[in-house]
Amino acid sequence: MKKVAIIDYDMGNTDSVRRAIEECGGTPTITSQSSEIRQASYIILPGVGAFADGMKNIKERQLDKILYEQVIEKKVPFLGICLGMQLLADKGLEGGETQGLGWIQGEVKRLQSFDPKERIPHMGWNEVIIQRPSAFFKDFPLQKDFYFVHSYHLVCEEENDILARTPYCGSFVAAVGRKNIYGVQFHPEKSQKFGLKLIQNFLML
Amino acid sequence: MLKVRIMPTLLFKDVGLVKGVRFDSWRRIGTVMQSVKVYNMREVDELVFLDISATKEGRRPDFDTIDDIADECFMPLTVGGGIRTIDDIKQLLKVGADKVAINTAAIETPELILSASKKFGSQCIVVSIDVKKQSNGQYEVFTHSGTKSTGKSPIEIAKRVEDLGAGEILLTSIDRDGTMLGYEIELTRQVSEAVSIPVIASGGAGHYQHMLEVLKEGKASAVAAASIFHFTQQTPLEAKNFLAQNGIPTRIS
Repeated sequence: MKKVAIIDYDMGNTDSVRRAIEECGGTPTITSQSSEIRQASYIILPGVGAFADGMKNIKERQLDKILYEQVIEKKVPFLGICLGMQLLADKGLEGGETQGLGWIQGEVKRLQSFDPKERIPHMGWNEVIIQRPSAFFKDFPLQKDFYFVHSYHLVCEEENDILARTPYCGSFVAAVGRKNIYGVQFHPEKSQKFGLKLIQNFLML
Repeated sequence: MLKVRIMPTLLFKDVGLVKGVRFDSWRRIGTVMQSVKVYNMREVDELVFLDISATKEGRRPDFDTIDDIADECFMPLTVGGGIRTIDDIKQLLKVGADKVAINTAAIETPELILSASKKFGSQCIVVSIDVKKQSNGQYEVFTHSGTKSTGKSPIEIAKRVEDLGAGEILLTSIDRDGTMLGYEIELTRQVSEAVSIPVIASGGAGHYQHMLEVLKEGKASAVAAASIFHFTQQTPLEAKNFLAQNGIPTRIS
């Protein structure tokens, strides 16, 4: 049984992620309890909303401590989705400059459009172009459409952390990976077949 | 490249799905779950679900029904109807909506758009604007499912809600709704040019050429459609193939 803790920090779409995990054969628990998070063999941090609110809610629930213990010390496979990926950064600029978890070096900034046709928020299906091979994107085509809905993006300091990019507003980081830590700017739980396949890959790590 | 989205719209009234003409003459067209399952199987780009009687009846969104719908949706889901408070939005996102569409409350209590976009991010706050052309040729915004005039122009409202933090506009022409006579292109173009957030054109799709026109001439970012998929043999997949052949980037899954 693959026990998956979906972190509940009052930042939205936990139920969609729960359904996707079930569909992929995992056993999800939506939780903010340390005891339940400790029992999970996979941890997912979902989330929609502003960076500052997200970090505030994590700290209020003292989730940063338990996440550090499980993800950094015990190396439990971790996936951040959308805001959950952005919170991996050193800091974010949405809702005032705020310190993030700091597990992936970089900053979360607002997308900058250089072409009036590129509207912000970046909303809809766009290509995710794989930058380097990983177990996470195992058996994926080099590029595939995934569903995005965001105005901010993670600017990475380390090229090595970047797993995939998307050609919009220049080219932004669509997926990161470092050791047991993964993050995606798009929504695999809403990206149909290939989205579910990616979650299945994650549950194989 | 960002793909143009084709978004089937489901209108919910009383206990089932309906479709009307010009926001009236409602016909029953089946149950919600059945339609949602079909669209999920067909892998549509995004689904719009609007509860068109909630505001008129003064009730909150039906969270249980939306929870059931979202459980069958492995695609993006936008939910509207009866949204009045931050708590309504929080509940909808929690049960699985990806975005919420706010219509009447966006006009009556614009501060809701400001606080909601701050709390949940602009990307999940869609403002739905229903528009009728007046006898003097001017466009006017209506609320309460098209029954209450506001005296305001769609451009004015669109710019205002963009400033307040709305992330997208669902722009519906009441005059074209259900007629299958084509989108209101001039209206769509005016609003699309006035804002820098995406605009979804809605109301009037009868065949794929109409979608092409409103994307090209109306400068819409996405198209919503209902009757064309409920009452004709045309499908979202064929629409995407047609648009792709005409140089519009679409997602063929």
